[in-house]
Amino acid sequence: MEIAAMKALAAGLCMGLGALGPALGEGYIGGQALKAIGRNPEVADKVSGLVFVLMAVCESTGIYSLVVALILLFA
Amino acid sequence: MPTISLSPSVLFAIGPLQVTTTLLLQIVIIAAIAALFICVVRHWQAVPGKLQWAVESLVLAAYDQVDKITNDKARTAKLFPLAFTLFIFILVSNLVTVIPGLGALSWHAPTGDISLFRAALADYSMILVMTLIVVIGCQVVFISVNGPLKYVKKWLNFSSPLAFVLGLMDVISEFAKVLSLSFRLYGNVFAGEVLVGVMTALVPYFVPFPFFVLSTFSGVIQAYVFALLATIFLNQSLDKVE
Repeated sequence: MEIAAMKALAAGLCMGLGALGPALGEGYIGGQALKAIGRNPEVADKVSGLVFVLMAVCESTGIYSLVVALILLFA
Repeated sequence: MPTISLSPSVLFAIGPLQVTTTLLLQIVIIAAIAALFICVVRHWQAVPGKLQWAVESLVLAAYDQVDKITNDKARTAKLFPLAFTLFIFILVSNLVTVIPGLGALSWHAPTGDISLFRAALADYSMILVMTLIVVIGCQVVFISVNGPLKYVKKWLNFSSPLAFVLGLMDVISEFAKVLSLSFRLYGNVFAGEVLVGVMTALVPYFVPFPFFVLSTFSGVIQAYVFALLATIFLNQSLDKVE
């Protein structure tokens, strides 16, 4: 197989598999946050602030695979 | 499709120093932030005006955030300047890209027209420098608090085989810190740029707007996360080890 084709394939695989983990993680964070708010509505302000930060941290593994995919494609 | 390149284009070179498009915008941003704060401090009033009120409440809110992490007034006073500098620089750099027409200004270079400004943080070198300041700062702080002997002991612990392996793992995690902290910010900014660029190329009207809002929003969150993690790392290395 040509190198360019391999690179495109690798970037696609990298992105697709790399998006799995963060998606599961963010879903879990969101679900747990909703559970917490449902159980105790007063903490909604506190929890929603934390949710964004935790999601940003959780997202980072997906971002790493994105960086790797971009390097594969453009560098 | 617009061309996507990982490295910023070089405008001109002064000796070995290459002035890139991102460097130009970074200098403008740093000058603007410095001018704003100097202006506010020069015209300090007991009854604050609108600008002074805005700056004051931002600084105080940030100070409270750092204080929540450290739980110690002396530590907060030490860590706050670095954390807030990182936060405000990343925040302004990410928000500046919202200004319309910024990417339209171009420079007539001999190799062809290049866009004069590029998102300030879509350049890995600047982010790497900020990360290295934090991570090397952690080592320096640890040595100055606990002494060099404890520092060597942290990595090379011969008390038991398990402690030795864990010490080596810590060395790896310290390098991983550099990569994770810098890639998180770089990936977000660069992905936002590329995403909006690709969407604009596909459908020029209306469709790119939600992606643009999303990338701006994540830029603000990332500024907060970067400063937060930097504060947590530095706060950890301030702890005394027995």
